[in-house]
Amino acid sequence: MGPKSVVVLAAFLTAAIGPRAGSEVNEGRASALEDAAERAMAARQLNPHHYEARRAAQVVPLYLNTRHGSPFRLFGLQTVHAATVEDVGDSGRRYQLEMSVQEIITETTEKCSAEVFFPGEGKQPSPPQVKVSPLTELLRVDAKAEEEALYQRYRTKDPPLSAQYLPDSHGRLDPDMKPFWHLCIVASSFVMLSESTEGTLYNMAQVASITQLPTENEQLKFDGLVLLHDMVSQEIPRWKLLFTWSPAGGVTVLQMEQQPRCPHC
Amino acid sequence: MLKLVGFSLLVLFSSERPATVEGVYDYYKYHPMSEIGVWMVQMKEDHPDLVTRVEYGTTYEKRTISLLKIGLKTNAIKKIAWMDCGIHASEWIAPAFCQYFVNQILQSYKTDAKIRRMMENLDFYVTPVLNVDGYIYSWKDSTTRLWRKNRKPGPSTGCYGTDLDLNFDANWGNLGASFNCSSDTFCGTNPESESEVKAVADLVRKQRGNFLCFLSIQSFGQLILFPYGDPNDTVPNYNELMKVGQDAAEAIKKVHGQNYTVGSFPNVLYPDSGSIRDWARMQGIRFSYTFKLRDKGTFQLPEDQIQPACEEAYRGALRVITHAHDQIYGGGAAATAATLWTLLLAAGVTLM
Repeated sequence: MGPKSVVVLAAFLTAAIGPRAGSEVNEGRASALEDAAERAMAARQLNPHHYEARRAAQVVPLYLNTRHGSPFRLFGLQTVHAATVEDVGDSGRRYQLEMSVQEIITETTEKCSAEVFFPGEGKQPSPPQVKVSPLTELLRVDAKAEEEALYQRYRTKDPPLSAQYLPDSHGRLDPDMKPFWHLCIVASSFVMLSESTEGTLYNMAQVASITQLPTENEQLKFDGLVLLHDMVSQEIPRWKLLFTWSPAGGVTVLQMEQQPRCPHC
Repeated sequence: MLKLVGFSLLVLFSSERPATVEGVYDYYKYHPMSEIGVWMVQMKEDHPDLVTRVEYGTTYEKRTISLLKIGLKTNAIKKIAWMDCGIHASEWIAPAFCQYFVNQILQSYKTDAKIRRMMENLDFYVTPVLNVDGYIYSWKDSTTRLWRKNRKPGPSTGCYGTDLDLNFDANWGNLGASFNCSSDTFCGTNPESESEVKAVADLVRKQRGNFLCFLSIQSFGQLILFPYGDPNDTVPNYNELMKVGQDAAEAIKKVHGQNYTVGSFPNVLYPDSGSIRDWARMQGIRFSYTFKLRDKGTFQLPEDQIQPACEEAYRGALRVITHAHDQIYGGGAAATAATLWTLLLAAGVTLM
């Protein structure tokens, strides 16, 4: 019997028996269980291969990138196994997902449960909220040695890093530049996460340019121009990003600014 | 006699031998339009009995749109298996695949009984690059690589290009399309307003009823999608398209383990209209698909992935074409049995 069935059964039993007289704690528990049961019944099953589940699931690795991404650790969506969606009053929609996420560089895959809440159309657009079950396998991926080596090499780099078009038109990427391509995907994930809605499906199309700035507070610092791609609108939004990274600090985005559309691009 | 039959059986049931790449053309590199044009002429010269080059339209910038018509030349009116590549300029793996496909069927013709039979019964119409102007533009420099549309100036100053896959006369302009010329989903000023689209539509209309199947090869996403773009409009042969699509996905997975998702376009991606796939279906072409090839995140597929991407897509495309072919002409097993009996009878007659 799955967890949802247990909740439903418990709710019915509790409702039938009734809360114990005078016990606030039990009343609270009973109504919480009833709420959960109602929610479970209100949730609509989704086809895991179809767009609703795909768009919600795509948000999860973006979130993981912002929390755990590095030049040597990057997350991507592998498969959606199951998905449901429910309205949360007027405030938005909540997706529950059973999925497999992959650490792209080592190709380690791990199953997890995730919850993605897309706020409804409010006065101000607001990013989705994500919760993921603990990932043991993926976070065990050890990239500390490579991260430290890269960090030390570029901490006092002279001349500082400057690169354009990663990958190039033919999909070529210099092995030395690959970690910076990964780093830009991580930094882009902050933008893509914040821009994601039920009507988008984002990935980073290309790094137009990345320039290293002087190291600040022990963080490597970069100025980047990234080209994102939204599968739904087929648009290529351009974003300027100011971001830092260190093995200890992870990636922090200091500034993000959308650039005007490039008319000839 | 048993030895003869045994040998015949071996020949009849032998698995397709992998085609070798002859000559110096590298199918595992991206080629600019000039090289593709030369290659098309070369294919015709190398296989004069099987290949005709057909010029069937002009782009906005006055370039020729051409296809290779591949099949055993006869005077009979033959059924057609259509394949277009490069409807969107940035999807370089698609033209690469069309070239690979042509080479593969031409190489397999002598050794693969099934391919030979298909070449006898039908003609393959393969357009390696439909959006010629856009493709050339995407090769211009690093800033133009991700260009999608054609290069016709829009109704307002300074904006260029229509998404050709939104410009067909199939519920045009209603879904997934923008009327803003600056948008990457600008659907044009009218259905078939783009000469590239009109060229395809005119050719198909002239031979409507002869088309067996219609594959539009695009990228990225690893998807096999079928009509209609309107989520409220279910195609009559939905179950059949789903089943054949899934067979194709299975065939793809056997090659290099890659997963391709199968479904109607709006279910998997988003609602759209004016697509080549919807329009073809509305002409009565029952097997109409959009294939979106590797990978799952970029248009700039690395060149070292061209070979595996083409190998798997070949198996998928062939699965659809074979199914459509066999529906009319019977499957390989029936043909094989018929040939076997013919041989046995012939052998028996000889001995008497």
